[in-house]
Amino acid sequence: MDFPIFHLDFIGNRMLIAITAIVHVIINHPMAVGAIPMATLLEWIAHRKKWSALDDLAYKITFVFFVITTSLGAMTGVGIWFTTALVNPDAIGSLIRVFFWAWFSEWVVFFLEVVFIMIYFLTWKPWSGEKKRLHLGVGLFLSIFSWLTMAVITGILGFMMNTGKWVPFSYEWVPESSMFTAFFNPLYLPQLIFRTAVAFLGAGLFFLFLIPFFKKLTAEVRGRAVRPISLWVLAWLPVAIAGAIFYWQRIPVYMQANAPVALATQDFTRWYQTILWFLLGMAAIVPLAALWGVVKPKRLPAAALVIPFIAVATLLGTFERLREFVRKPWVIQGYLYANGLRAQDYPLFKEEGVLSRATWVRHHQVTEENKLEAGGELFMLTCSRCHTVGGVNSVRTRFQKLFPVQKWDEEQLAAYISTMHNIRIFMPPFPGSDAELKALSAWLAANQHYAMRAEGGQTALLPSAPVLK
Amino acid sequence: MNPQPLPHDLPLQLPLPEGLVKHLLVLLFLIHILFVNFMLGGQSLAVILEIIGLRRKKYDRLAYEISSTVTVSKSLAVVLGVAPLLAINVAYTTYFYSSTVLIGFAWLMIIIMASAAFLLTYLHKYTWESWGGSQRALHLTVGAAAMVLFLAVAMVFITNINLMVLPAYWPRVAGFLSAVLLPSALLRYFHFILATLAISALFAAGWFGRKGYDLARLPDFTRTEVIALFLRIAFIVTLLQFVIGPSLLLSLPVHGHSLAVWLLLLTGATIAGVMAWIIYRELGRAPAVLGRSYLVMLTLLTFTALFMAYGRHYYRERAVNPHRQAMMAKTEAFMWDAKAAQTRARMGMTREVYKSSGEKEFKANCAACHAENTTIVGPPLTEVRGLYAGNPQNLIAWARAPQVKRGGAPMPSFNHLPEKVLQEIATWILEGK
Ligand code: HEC
Ligand code: HEC
Repeated sequence: MDFPIFHLDFIGNRMLIAITAIVHVIINHPMAVGAIPMATLLEWIAHRKKWSALDDLAYKITFVFFVITTSLGAMTGVGIWFTTALVNPDAIGSLIRVFFWAWFSEWVVFFLEVVFIMIYFLTWKPWSGEKKRLHLGVGLFLSIFSWLTMAVITGILGFMMNTGKWVPFSYEWVPESSMFTAFFNPLYLPQLIFRTAVAFLGAGLFFLFLIPFFKKLTAEVRGRAVRPISLWVLAWLPVAIAGAIFYWQRIPVYMQANAPVALATQDFTRWYQTILWFLLGMAAIVPLAALWGVVKPKRLPAAALVIPFIAVATLLGTFERLREFVRKPWVIQGYLYANGLRAQDYPLFKEEGVLSRATWVRHHQVTEENKLEAGGELFMLTCSRCHTVGGVNSVRTRFQKLFPVQKWDEEQLAAYISTMHNIRIFMPPFPGSDAELKALSAWLAANQHYAMRAEGGQTALLPSAPVLK
Repeated sequence: MNPQPLPHDLPLQLPLPEGLVKHLLVLLFLIHILFVNFMLGGQSLAVILEIIGLRRKKYDRLAYEISSTVTVSKSLAVVLGVAPLLAINVAYTTYFYSSTVLIGFAWLMIIIMASAAFLLTYLHKYTWESWGGSQRALHLTVGAAAMVLFLAVAMVFITNINLMVLPAYWPRVAGFLSAVLLPSALLRYFHFILATLAISALFAAGWFGRKGYDLARLPDFTRTEVIALFLRIAFIVTLLQFVIGPSLLLSLPVHGHSLAVWLLLLTGATIAGVMAWIIYRELGRAPAVLGRSYLVMLTLLTFTALFMAYGRHYYRERAVNPHRQAMMAKTEAFMWDAKAAQTRARMGMTREVYKSSGEKEFKANCAACHAENTTIVGPPLTEVRGLYAGNPQNLIAWARAPQVKRGGAPMPSFNHLPEKVLQEIATWILEGK
């Protein structure tokens, strides 16, 4: 309401954030957080047993990860900020105000991590022999740093889903408004355990995945690498499972109810069970392949290295998608809805309307003449963070499914919208006044046969009222 | 002045004193931009020297040496950018986000362009030896592509920072290009690019001219030759800056100007002038003592940067202050109204009257699709009563797990409602109470 509205009417705004976040997590958890301890472990084994070929292999794989994490990994990380700044400035702006110092400390750790990762990598070969132990020390140190960056961000992600005892401190300061209350929310610990285990385990699988690409390896060296990695994967698996169960139990019950739609979309909720079994099946491949790797490390076929890798990437992606979805209708649970409006302001909007208080709109009062245009602006204000008009999760298709034959009329749509948040608990309540509800419904009804134009602030010329003269 | 859109601020307290976050912003940004300079300037110098190196082999080695610092600088530039990004989010929340959205597409492109540029710099560095001969053109293209991408990223950032302090122009902006054409954006950009070249050349003079540097890596170069080369670049570019700089100052929209701003910027420029003069004198010296005033130059450069950064900061402050004060007043009024409305709502001034909580829950959950006599999305209640009269348990079971019976839109499951609520609803539907 206070910012011009960025809008992508084809892929939708949610998708933009989802893609960036998923790519980032798939890269960063295994390749940055998990890979360093994995590499250090292999390096240590190679040092003790004097297997220089294994040392060389660990170095080369680390190099691949180094290039990817310092370019794609770093940029998608920054990209999450960039995309959320566009899609939901209220959300990211509020989060930064609450968690400034958490993010600031993360930044200090992150800075040290980057410095150490360059030292670790660039001194790998020069520091051999006597100095190898020093290098192993750097690896250990770096492992702690990269884990710490994840430990910080997890607190913030958990907060979005369950704010626990936190209260916003806009009116008066109370102890519950401190960053620590917000940070150590009920989801913190379970999510941290889960993410740690998955990152470590995933790193193992990524290592296994890359091994077949090194064609010159002898079967012996391969075996020497595969066995400890497989053991490592097996060791973290139970932790990951326990973390997942613990985590699920701490998610608010009404959010759990979102899971079927999150995984399968509404049209396919019937497939929910099937999808769950499929994912479980994929997950089951991981221990099987790892067991094989322990028992017959030299014989582990390349396919058995590829599939678990795909499995863990899919599971991580699905997990992030689920997490993003089940917190709906909130971006900050109990405080800020996904449409960027604060729950505390709803009574005012109900009385006066959202348009009357919004900045970047043409119409501040609904009249007979401007009804349709105002309706379009209301769509942008209250629905467009999650729906498009003509693309992904299009509001037209949604209504077509509900009212396939009859002519859409204002009253009917208004009746639906005024209670939709009870039926579809992932949607926030419509915030506006009765006149605005009618205007939105009229505009939606006008969309029955062809899609109206929905243009975001990045291309549209926006009006200048209300203004400071 | 033009009318300016006037939003509300976020109603959350700042996590640290406003003054502190602004000084943090100025200083941390300066450190970030230093490494951006090394990255962008380094890549540009590497590409230019590689082109010269096609004819004169020794420059190719020099280009390689520079290029191998770029990948390190770029990692540091990204990490060091995070802190000022946080600070600007806090210190200029509404300004920064508004302008960001207005140039949204270009802003998104930063992620793609920078990721691509980073990968290209690695490729450029690690294929230096292997892509010789006929592949040389390809190698050069890779380096040049990275450079162009870096230049484009810088353009987007500068356009955003420029637009941010000009709320009066926001309503006129439709798309990135219209924002580039606003007063001062392009001049800012050229000013920045020149500074980048000057700073990275000065850095290179010190880096390759230092005692500890192994000159064997640059065959056919003497230490003084390298130092003189880079000092000359820094000198020429700094001279050009005396054309761009004043033009920029004059093109900045007038509402941000103040005596303090002018004093800071002119002092910065004067120090830069002194630095340029010292470089000039140094270039005329005997080779044996070349580079002796290097520390003096660096000190002067640091002060120029500080004065410029603070001049820019006070310009920004003055430009947005009246707007910000109006915004704070508006926010406060809004919070007051919102709180009053909350109280009214809590006291039940708008509560509707229901016969029973069953009716209330029905209206909230089912009425969107079920009416008394007509079909909306689901069947009318008259039909439902015919099916379930005297059998509320089955109705509840249906609501928990509806099936597709009539073949139209499916009914959603209400499994999330507590048993008690469903019972009340069933009683209301079947018995009307
Ligand atoms: C928090 C994000 C969000 C917001 C805001 C939102 N919706 Fe939805 N809406 C969804 C999701 C998610 C679905 C289900 C999509 C699926 O099936 O995967 C949905 C489904 C719908 C449906 C189909 C519901 C059904 O019963 O099948 C309609 C109609 C709808 N939305 C209208 C609206 C309107 C109108 C607005 C604005 C007033 C709005 N939505 C705001 C997320 C949102
Ligand atoms: C999103 C629209 C929607 C909402 C909301 C809704 N229903 Fe339905 N309902 C339907 C549709 C569509 C059908 C017909 C389904 C079919 O037969 O395929 C239906 C059918 C029914 C039936 C008839 C079942 C039968 O055996 O034929 C009952 C009873 C019912 N709904 C109860 C409820 C109750 C109770 C609620 C509120 C808790 C509710 N509905 C909310 C859409 C809805």
